[in-house]
Amino acid sequence: MTHLDKLESQSIYIFREAYHSFKNLAMPWSMGKDSNVLIWLAKKAFCGKIPFPVLHIDTTYEFPEMLEYRDWATKHYDLNLIVKINEEARARGVGYETHDPVTVTHELKTVALQQVMAQHKWDALITGIRRDEDSTRAKERYFSPRNAEFEWDYKDQPPEFWNQFTTSVKPGEHVRVQPLLDWTEIDIWYYIQREQIPIPQMYYARPGKDGKMYRYRSLGCWPITKTVESNATTIEAIIEELKTTRTSERAGRAQDHHERNAMQKLRAKGFM
Amino acid sequence: MSTTAPESQRLKIVIVGHVDHGKSTLIGRLFYDTNSLPDGKVEAIQKACEAEGMEFEYAFLLDALLEEQEQNITIDTTQIQFRTAQRNYVIIDAPGHKEFLKNMITGAASADAAILLIDAHEGVQEQSRRHGYLLSLLGVKQVIVAVNKMDLIKFDEEKFHALQKEYTAFLKPLGVTPSHFIPISAKHGHNITKASAQLAWYKGPSILDALESFSLPPSQDDLPLRFLVQDVYRFDERRIIAGRIEAGKLKVGDELVFWPDRKRSKVKSIEAWSAKEPVTSVTAGQSVAITLTEQIFAERGQIASHVDNGPVEDREVTARIFWLHDEPLRHYGNYTLKLGTQSVEASLVTINNVIDSSTLTTSKEPSGLVAKNEVAEVVLRTRKPIAFDNRDVVTETGRFVLMQGSRIGGGGIIHGAEYNAKTPDIIKSENIYWSEGEVTREDRITHFNHRGAVIWLTGLSGSGKSTLAKALETTLFVRGIGAYVLDGDNLRHGIASDLGFSAADRTENIRRAAHAARLLADAGLVVITALISPFVEDRNKAREIITEAGIPFAEVYVNTPLEVCEERDPKKLYAKARAGEIKGFTGIDAPYEPPVKSELELPTDKLTKEECLTRLLHVAQEISSADYPAKEEEKSPGASI
Repeated sequence: MTHLDKLESQSIYIFREAYHSFKNLAMPWSMGKDSNVLIWLAKKAFCGKIPFPVLHIDTTYEFPEMLEYRDWATKHYDLNLIVKINEEARARGVGYETHDPVTVTHELKTVALQQVMAQHKWDALITGIRRDEDSTRAKERYFSPRNAEFEWDYKDQPPEFWNQFTTSVKPGEHVRVQPLLDWTEIDIWYYIQREQIPIPQMYYARPGKDGKMYRYRSLGCWPITKTVESNATTIEAIIEELKTTRTSERAGRAQDHHERNAMQKLRAKGFM
Repeated sequence: MSTTAPESQRLKIVIVGHVDHGKSTLIGRLFYDTNSLPDGKVEAIQKACEAEGMEFEYAFLLDALLEEQEQNITIDTTQIQFRTAQRNYVIIDAPGHKEFLKNMITGAASADAAILLIDAHEGVQEQSRRHGYLLSLLGVKQVIVAVNKMDLIKFDEEKFHALQKEYTAFLKPLGVTPSHFIPISAKHGHNITKASAQLAWYKGPSILDALESFSLPPSQDDLPLRFLVQDVYRFDERRIIAGRIEAGKLKVGDELVFWPDRKRSKVKSIEAWSAKEPVTSVTAGQSVAITLTEQIFAERGQIASHVDNGPVEDREVTARIFWLHDEPLRHYGNYTLKLGTQSVEASLVTINNVIDSSTLTTSKEPSGLVAKNEVAEVVLRTRKPIAFDNRDVVTETGRFVLMQGSRIGGGGIIHGAEYNAKTPDIIKSENIYWSEGEVTREDRITHFNHRGAVIWLTGLSGSGKSTLAKALETTLFVRGIGAYVLDGDNLRHGIASDLGFSAADRTENIRRAAHAARLLADAGLVVITALISPFVEDRNKAREIITEAGIPFAEVYVNTPLEVCEERDPKKLYAKARAGEIKGFTGIDAPYEPPVKSELELPTDKLTKEECLTRLLHVAQEISSADYPAKEEEKSPGASI
């Protein structure tokens, strides 16, 4: 087995454990590259059928191209899609125009998630986070419990080894199931290349106003997501670029760098 | 930056050792010296260190939590990747504080190799020893020992060799043989990626060179097949069995045996969504989905093997366990045992010894408890049979966890199980049907003027089962009711003469007795069994076998206190058991599980024999009466589809 085969197999194993353990679960989907790999792996795990809903937390700051991709992929993969917007926060005027990115991310993503969870009472969420994205994510478990307030008790995580996971929760609590934890950014791209997984075009380099070429390396809300200079117009070129890059993947995501340990604080409160 | 193909295999290395001996610092330094840190990371660490008012701290690369940085201690395990010219690595940082042993195990359990770190100044400490022992338990064989902070002992060669001698002596009986002992200074970069002038007396490899000498884990393809069933899907007309090949190979057309039920079927297809060509064979490590030619009852928890080289099936598991929970593991406590995808209730029936995982001292007088961070040799008894391997045969099916509530309380490594023990093929063929005679059950009831039934007496040896059974037989017989006693000892003279008294044999003995009782009752007799039948699960199985055939069944608990039984001791068996001449004697060194709900309970120390007999007769007459509402014969709907 190759390295990618091993990653794929472990992810499928985790998907199947999650589906067996939690009958009421959902899979958040951001339409980003990792999210699309998740969809692909779920298709493989369940022989072509994704037996749970897919959730898009719409911050209302989505790139229009991403929404187009969402509608295309929903049909293409035959997804049971649920879209959630925190209308209450938007009505209060919470937005990037007036608030700092940590506050907006918390309100429009985490709180929106809390609202939709309260409605559907899911006991597990399958997320696409990876250890190499952030040093607090590096400390995560495949099955990571969250209490009723969505808090991550990172100081006392349950033991997890020999493929035995935290598969039961008390009412109101839920488990974050993280099948991509072992994958790195470049693994994701090699897998997209090998499996020919469709992704949004924004990952490929396009000319900017200054004539230089730019691409998105990581995709989030448009006001706080920056492009990187790149000539990579194909998956092969993206992989070549990543082999030598010295900047971190989420360098273009403002909410991570707002203050020291910003991600830890966001994640402790329920952010992915 | 190197040119290693990023898609090549990862070697997973865990860094372990006592708290403050410099594990996180070593990793930070390794990343720094191999130029593996992204731009801006050093500056970010610099900023965090300034906020804490300390000099540059490599450990902050991994100790990302605010609490970790403030206390300068690793709380939870981290995984981080880097690559060299030769290959890719996953480096696992494990906390060295005793309190966080569960996190250390979480990190170390998946490692292919380890670096054990010792502070040259402090020497071998509590966790240095404990982590060494746990590595041996976890089966991590490739180990290097790094003696850190050599600068604090002025790069002293003699002190280094003394440490090497002391720690080698500790590791040797554990079966841990380090490939290298390396003097280093993580903070100052001595012997991390290159040789050090101050340590010129050391001629061996640097940390990085030593890592490069480790090998990738061996393939499991040539081991006996173990396909662990995770789930059965019926999303469409197909009935798909999903799971992972943990060892061996599987191909279309193979005949499989599903343990513990031992139903057999052949592989019809291997399902693979999006595959360009049909998949016809799969190997160890792959998550797969298959369909079968015959629709046998398959479910999560089963292990499929080939016809030869199956796993062990038993209800007793001998294992070495390590315990991680604050709540101690208790003798006779009940726990959920999870092995692969199997999950069964188990009772801790024996604690042979308890070992302090740091000092390796064995407690002479067992307290009946295994405390946090202790290791013990134990025997567990499961509620129903499970399939497993010895760890040295198949790793994945040779280890399990015990749950303490909803959390993993500890892990166990199985050894000493016997393969190919005599075990019956329960139902080898799906194509055997019960042959109905021309004389119907109704005919027999009319003829005998009563129906067949089973009175199942259970209780300790010497409780009075045989005495009461014989008295009841006589009483019924003189009243014109055909009755017959199935005595445990008599069965063991013939029908069960090949069985001993192990848990598996006792289970089999009960199974045979139940089937014999069923046949006799079907012939019209009231069968009175007198067997100790100590396990709830076995008695439930007997009840199932008999009631499924439409035969009334009553369980009678002959409840005589152990002291009374031992005083009576008609066959002098208790005396022998106490003297150690008989092993596994119920009530002495083997458990008796009283019925949760029986049809009748006879406290023989409070009732006279006549009173007992009257109550027994009442039940027997009731369930054997011609107009007793017998449960109609039911075909178990889930048994096969």
